[in-house]
Amino acid sequence: MAKTFIPDSNPDPVAVPTPSLSTMHHEGPLLRNFRAMLMVWRRDIIRLFRMPTRIITGIAQPILFLFVLGAGLESAVGANGAAGVDYQQYLFPGILAMSVLTSALFSAIAIVWDREFGFLREMLVAPVRRSTLVLGKALGGGSVSVIQGLVLVVLAPIVGVSFTVASFFEMLFFLLLLAFSLTAFGIVVASRMQRMESFQMVMALVLQPMLFLSGAIFPLNALPKWLAVITRLNPATYGVDAIRRVILPQAAPLEILGSVVPLWFDALVTLGFGVAMLALAVKLFGKTE
Amino acid sequence: MSSPAVEVESLFKTFGDFHAVNDVSFSVAPGELFGFLGPNGAGKTTTISILCTLLQLSAGSARVAGFDVATQPNQVRSNIGLVFQEITLDDYLTGAENLKFHAVLYGCPPSQVKERTAPLLEMVGLTDRADQQVRFYSGGMKRRLEIARGLLHAPRVLFLDEPTIGLDPQTRLHIWDYVDQLRQREATTMFLTTHYMDEAERCDRIAIIDQGRIVAIDTPDALKASIGTDVVTIQTSDDAAAREQIIQVLGVTGDLTDDGLRLKVTDGEAFVPRLFDRLDTGVRNVNVRRPSLDDVFIEYTGRDIRDAEASTNDKFRSTAMARGLRKS
Repeated sequence: MAKTFIPDSNPDPVAVPTPSLSTMHHEGPLLRNFRAMLMVWRRDIIRLFRMPTRIITGIAQPILFLFVLGAGLESAVGANGAAGVDYQQYLFPGILAMSVLTSALFSAIAIVWDREFGFLREMLVAPVRRSTLVLGKALGGGSVSVIQGLVLVVLAPIVGVSFTVASFFEMLFFLLLLAFSLTAFGIVVASRMQRMESFQMVMALVLQPMLFLSGAIFPLNALPKWLAVITRLNPATYGVDAIRRVILPQAAPLEILGSVVPLWFDALVTLGFGVAMLALAVKLFGKTE
Repeated sequence: MSSPAVEVESLFKTFGDFHAVNDVSFSVAPGELFGFLGPNGAGKTTTISILCTLLQLSAGSARVAGFDVATQPNQVRSNIGLVFQEITLDDYLTGAENLKFHAVLYGCPPSQVKERTAPLLEMVGLTDRADQQVRFYSGGMKRRLEIARGLLHAPRVLFLDEPTIGLDPQTRLHIWDYVDQLRQREATTMFLTTHYMDEAERCDRIAIIDQGRIVAIDTPDALKASIGTDVVTIQTSDDAAAREQIIQVLGVTGDLTDDGLRLKVTDGEAFVPRLFDRLDTGVRNVNVRRPSLDDVFIEYTGRDIRDAEASTNDKFRSTAMARGLRKS
C-alpha cells in the first residue's frame, strides 16, 4: 500500500457528542460474557469467508489423499480392502477427520498471528473472563473446521459412500465434537508457541503423528503391539472411529484388547479430551503475554 | 472526583536481574494529559502494560480509576481505553465490525452498537469507509479507528502508547486535533507515551523516564525553566580546540555534539559578541535559543534522545557509565 497521505474524506473534525459513561448499559456478567463469546466465534466465521483461498487449500490436501493415495494404495491392498470395505471408502471418513484436524489446529494457531499482530492484546484487555475468550475461540475454530470438513462431503458419491439423513446428522455430531476437542487442543499448543515460525515444527511433531496414528489412513486392529498401544493413546483415534462407524456401518470398528469399543466410549473420550484441553487452555491463555 | 486517575507508588518490574521499571512513583489528576517521555526500552510500555493489567508488577502498587491493578483487574479494564503502539485491529474485519467486536466485549448490548459507534466513526471521519475491510485502510485511518475504538466504552483513562509512531506529520497533526478536541469535550484523563518532543510539549505534565526510572517530572515549561539557561550552539573549524579555548578565556564548559559545540549560558544574546571577540578559531555558524525539551532530556539523562535510542541494545551498563563520566 502506498505510504503517501491521502486526505481521505476527512474534513475538519466535527464536534459530535459521544455517549457518556452513564448511557453504558450494565448487564449481568453472565449475559455479557455469553455475548462476548458469540462475538469471538463470529469473528472466526467472518474471517473464513473473507479468505476463500483458505477453504481451497484446506480441501486440497484431503482430495490429494483420497484420490491419489487412495487409488494408489487401493491397488496395493487389493480387493480385500481395509477393515472390510473398499480402501477409498475406508479413507473417506479419514479425510473428513484429516480436514477437521488440520483446520482445527490451524485456526487455533491463528492465535499466534493474533499475538504477533496485537489483536490478542485487544481481546485480553477486555473486561471479560479468559474462559469466555477460550470458549469462543474453541467454538469458532470448531465451526470453521466443520465447515471445511463438510465441503468434502460432496465427494462422497464419487467413492461410493452414501448417507441417510440419520447418518449425516450423526456424522455432523461427531465432526463437531472432534473439531471442538482438537481446537481446544490447538489453543493449548498455540499458547505455548511464541512465534509463527514454529508452525512447521507443530506440523511435523503434532499434526502429522496425530493424523497417521488415528486410524484415518490405515486400520488399527492388526498392528504390531507397540503401534497398537500408541494409536489407542491418541485421543483423535476415537473421533475418527466414531465418524467412520456412522458413515460406514459395515467397516470393522475399533478394538481394544480384542473387544469392540462402544460408540458412546468414542464420544466420551473425545468430549473428555476436549474438556480437559479447554480447562488447560484457560489456564495457559492468560499467561500468553 | 478529587482522587487521582492514576496513582503509582514505588513500582518495580523485574525480568531476571534486569529492572525494567525501577522504583517509579507518580500520580495523574483527573482530566490531565500526562506524558511519559523517554527512549525505546526506557520502561514506558512496561509501565503502561502494568497499568492496563497486561503485565503483573513485581513490587509496589498501582491504582487506575480508583481500582487496584493487582487485585481488581476487571474493574480497571472496564474503565480504561487503550491505543497500542502497534496496530491491533483485525485486518479482515471492516472498520464497523472492529468497533462492534470491541463494543460487545465491553458489555454493550448488540442492539445498541450502532448508536454508540456511529458518532465515533463520524468524529474520526471514517463513516464513509466503515464497511470496508481494515486492510484497505491507510496507516492514518487505522490509527483514527483505533482512537475511536479506545473511546467507545467511554473510559475514564485513555492510554495512548506512542499513538503517532510511524505516521506522516500531517496525519500526526490530525490525530492531535482529535485528541485536543476530545479533551475539551470529554475531560477524559489521557496517559501518553512518546519519544517525540513536540508531542511531549502538548502535555500538562511530563515525566522523563530513562532506564526504568523517572528522572524528572513537571510541566514542560517548568522543566525548561529548571535548566535556567540559554543554549548557544556553534560550529567551528575545530570544535575540540574551540572548546578548550572557551573554557580558558570565558570559563564556560561546552559539550561536543553532532550539531556542534553546545554551550549553556545565562544570557545567550550577550554571550555571542564576547565569544566572537575572544575566540581565534573560525566560527562557521551560531545558534542561540531558549532551552527545549531536548535540552531538558539531555540535562537529566546525559544523552540526546536519539543517542539513547541507538544505545537501547546495550542499555544495561554502558549508558550508566556515560552518564557518570559526564557528570564528573
